[in-house]
Amino acid sequence: MTVKDIFESMDYGPAPESAGDALAWIVDQGSKFGHFIDGSFTAPGEGFESRNPATGEVLATLTQASQSDVDTAVEAARKAQPAWAKLGGAGRARYLYALARLLQKHSRLFAVLESLDNGKPIREARDIDIPQAQRHFYYHAGMAQLMESELPDAQALGVCGQIIPWNFPLLMLSWKIAPALAMGNTVVLKPAEWTSLTALCFADICRQAGLPKGVVNIVTGDGDVGEMIVKAEVDKVAFTGSTAVGRRIREATAGTGKALTLELGGKSPYIVFEDADIDSAVEGLVDAIWFNQGQVCCAGSRLLVQEGISERFHAKLRARMDKLRIGDPLDKCIDVGAIVDPVQRDRIAALVDAHGGEGEVYQPACDLPDGCYYPPTLVSNLSQASALMQDEIFGPVLVSSTFRTPSEAIMLANNTRYGLAASVWSENINVALDIAPKLVAGIVWINGTNMMDAAAGFGGVRESGFGREGGWEGLAAYTKPKNTGKALKPVAAFEGDTAEPQPVDRTAKLYIGGKQARPDGGYARDVYDKSGKLIGQAPISSRKDVRNAVEAARAASGWTGATAHNRAQVLYFLAENLATRKDEFAAQINRMTGGKSGAAEVDASVDRLFTYAAWADKFDGQVRQVPMRGVALAMREACGVIGVFCPDDLPLLGLVSAMAPAIAMGNRVVLVASEPFPLAATDFYQVLETSDVPGGVVNILTGSHEELAPSLATHMDVEAVWSFSGADISAAVEKGGAGNLKRTWVNNGFARDWMGAAGAGREFLEAATEVKTVWVPYGA
Amino acid sequence: MAQLGSQTGTTLDTPQLPQTIEPRNPGMDLDMDRVMHARANRSAIERRAKTLPGRRSVKKDFQAAWLARAISCIDLTTLAGDDTAGRVLRLCAKAKQPVRADLLEALGMQGLTTGAVCVYHDMIPHALKALEGTGIPVAAVSTGFPAGLSPFHLRIAEIEESVKAGAEEIDIVISRRLVLNGDWQGLYDEMRAFRAACGDAHVKAILATGELETLQNVARASQVCMMAGADFIKTSTGKEPVNATLPVSLVMMRAIREYYEETGYRVGYKPAGGISKAKDSINYLALVKEELGDRWLRPDLFRFGASSLLGDIERQLEHHVTGAYSASWRHAAG
Repeated sequence: MTVKDIFESMDYGPAPESAGDALAWIVDQGSKFGHFIDGSFTAPGEGFESRNPATGEVLATLTQASQSDVDTAVEAARKAQPAWAKLGGAGRARYLYALARLLQKHSRLFAVLESLDNGKPIREARDIDIPQAQRHFYYHAGMAQLMESELPDAQALGVCGQIIPWNFPLLMLSWKIAPALAMGNTVVLKPAEWTSLTALCFADICRQAGLPKGVVNIVTGDGDVGEMIVKAEVDKVAFTGSTAVGRRIREATAGTGKALTLELGGKSPYIVFEDADIDSAVEGLVDAIWFNQGQVCCAGSRLLVQEGISERFHAKLRARMDKLRIGDPLDKCIDVGAIVDPVQRDRIAALVDAHGGEGEVYQPACDLPDGCYYPPTLVSNLSQASALMQDEIFGPVLVSSTFRTPSEAIMLANNTRYGLAASVWSENINVALDIAPKLVAGIVWINGTNMMDAAAGFGGVRESGFGREGGWEGLAAYTKPKNTGKALKPVAAFEGDTAEPQPVDRTAKLYIGGKQARPDGGYARDVYDKSGKLIGQAPISSRKDVRNAVEAARAASGWTGATAHNRAQVLYFLAENLATRKDEFAAQINRMTGGKSGAAEVDASVDRLFTYAAWADKFDGQVRQVPMRGVALAMREACGVIGVFCPDDLPLLGLVSAMAPAIAMGNRVVLVASEPFPLAATDFYQVLETSDVPGGVVNILTGSHEELAPSLATHMDVEAVWSFSGADISAAVEKGGAGNLKRTWVNNGFARDWMGAAGAGREFLEAATEVKTVWVPYGA
Repeated sequence: MAQLGSQTGTTLDTPQLPQTIEPRNPGMDLDMDRVMHARANRSAIERRAKTLPGRRSVKKDFQAAWLARAISCIDLTTLAGDDTAGRVLRLCAKAKQPVRADLLEALGMQGLTTGAVCVYHDMIPHALKALEGTGIPVAAVSTGFPAGLSPFHLRIAEIEESVKAGAEEIDIVISRRLVLNGDWQGLYDEMRAFRAACGDAHVKAILATGELETLQNVARASQVCMMAGADFIKTSTGKEPVNATLPVSLVMMRAIREYYEETGYRVGYKPAGGISKAKDSINYLALVKEELGDRWLRPDLFRFGASSLLGDIERQLEHHVTGAYSASWRHAAG
């Protein structure tokens, strides 16, 4: 074509980024890679090929890690960890800063390598992945610097096993490694087998930065290697990937005491109201679902448009799709690159092909290049029940439906197993800011999409996983309190066989939905004092009582919407009424436990209620410093329904210590009372009844922790389960929680000093809340 | 638009005026519903504008061709208090021969001219004389440019005088106060009157976007001016503190697209002021291509209001031809 021809056609023409330097780097490494363990590369062994999905060409040969490779890597990390932690935050900050700098110095090499290995457009690697990876190291260099002063009670977890996905290889590596190192942990990281090259290039950078040996270890291989890491002697497992694998990891680590964070799948809604800037909302979808070929966990893949503008919106959307350029990822003028692997492309195609005639499928008439590509796709006019509306596709496929009113938009948006992200488009600040808190998601973008930054927490709720990456809350995933308790001594109930008649027979019941309820099974057990004398009977709850209690808790949603001031008032009232009955409670506790500290326990309980009444309106969210004109709000939201297995040893204080922070933050609770000493809890419901606690906010069950643990932990309508039980149920709770990936907080058999400082504070408030990041860009 | 295949966009065989190729926008009744529905989210629009240059790139011959296209769309402009016949003659000579002949020959782009020459009313005769027989139209700024605050009947008279003097394009300025006070009917009536005064001359409505401040104002003013029969909508006089920007352009282009979808009439777009680099011109052309489509990449539907842009493009074209970076004194002054 001559210049004159182009002058007429005004085509873009090719604009290729050179792959030369990146390919030369691979060749310089011998085109074969071993693992990076204890500061050096191992000799390449048996393994697999890493291909460029755009061309199918082999880029390099990688090594499949063996059990002994993983063991060696974990040992190296273990050996290096004490010195790394002891180096101090300021010392570690220097290394993290150096890593950030080196990533920046070699930014184009990393970008081209990422595009070659993953198939993503060079623009995205160059302008998003690599700069964001640098940003994470800079940000966490700062966190290391501030650790001692700002997190005086935190310490490193130890060795972290980290397993990352193939969609943002270097970026996910940085999300995992930067905070772990900042807090004094060492890591063994496994990149995805399709995309390991930038991780290996990063290993090279670690050497250049002079990072102490063993602090970062990288092993390559498939899911089997991932399983080895999960089972290895690590203190923490961090995983980003599919919900199915995340669930398996939850099951595998249950009861091991390993800390766990999971960033899993999503089917994030993209809600467009009739008063939105429609052209901008259409353009936003390009970044929501065609960014990275839609292979983004937080992709806005589920379009919900207000009915009145739906036709016009979809027409504009189809016209926009016609303009997308699909092709060579290294072309600087490309919007949509290659799918990471033929396996994924076939999976996407199969899901779309199986739509079964539901909805209308639109794909722009574009020539797909040879190689692993899938066209941008819209499936519109779907109903909520369609599989495509529910299942994560993880490809460039947008599905859409309509809604009529804001409340219907919320209902449809939340009608999903996932809860990662959501976008809301409206020019009406009242609508937008009303919707954001009502969406069940870890991240909400108002008039935008896919905004991320190291300073803002990222992570989901429901089956999108738990834990946050980024921001202050992200550090919780890589630290633990300095004071960890001693082993818990089981407390057994007293035995006896006497039947001492009461002046008037009193029946302890369960407390469900604001009413005293007899146990569904109709059984009770005798409770004796130390001398074997009968004190009374406690109901034995069954799974049906769990069901009823959860149902009542679910229904009490008004509590979560109540003002913090109002919740505080109720907590103060509880304290007041409990204090009035101090002597009676103290006597009952002393009799049940055979001790003398009943009065002190009641005093501490009253004090605890005051503490959380105080906190109710003071555990604030934050505004985060993200690089944007606007605000990123880190909002503290209630988890929802929390099930708690209360401590055995302090029957009143233990219950109050768990209940008060939970309800102060707006949760509704199902409390399973101290198993040996249940009658303080059943007395306590009388205090609840007289203190304006709305029915269903606090529900009390008694019975065997071991028997009730599976029912509560597997209940799909429970968001979190805590166990401070003396019974050995940590594993059962964590395993049961895998079903809906509920947040769990278990004692792993360690005691807690409920009378002391460990019995209250931020740890409880953090467990009782989820951080939702709401991005609100603005501009007149 | 099949007949466009043969159009080159040079003055040799392409008319620059829209009404000579396709039906001119006749305007329509003021539709307040549509005006009030125009919304523009600044943050989202700025994001789109900011990332576009990274998403679209033209290299080598493609870059040279795009730069030639940019030249063909320039309204080469002089709007200074000290303009004289001599100054205008020099400008017109540059419009006729915007790039050194040897470079055009090397590019195979002989005959390339700018889109038009844009002057004040008193300079029209000098420009007409200098451009005689070239087919390059003369545009005149009018209606009390740049403030637009002279008596209304004088603004109308000024248009009529300029048309009578031979200007084929009239760049009018709207009364910003009508937009700022939300007097859309007033703006519509004013634009209607200006359009009527233009007769066959085609009319570009200058919104002075830098003074409207909000993008929503820009979106609404764009709609009203098109409804009132503007052939082009134009960002700026070049005298405001902020002139053409990509975000403002995005809003105006989307308004044009919307108007086309609703009425079937294509309205042209002219960013003016502050576009001085070759790379900027490519970004604007890419935005037009993306948001409006290839049909708009012709001088009858797209113009740059610029004075120093041409100089930078010339240097880039010489670099393209020779491989060596150029200097401004190697190219004729305009």
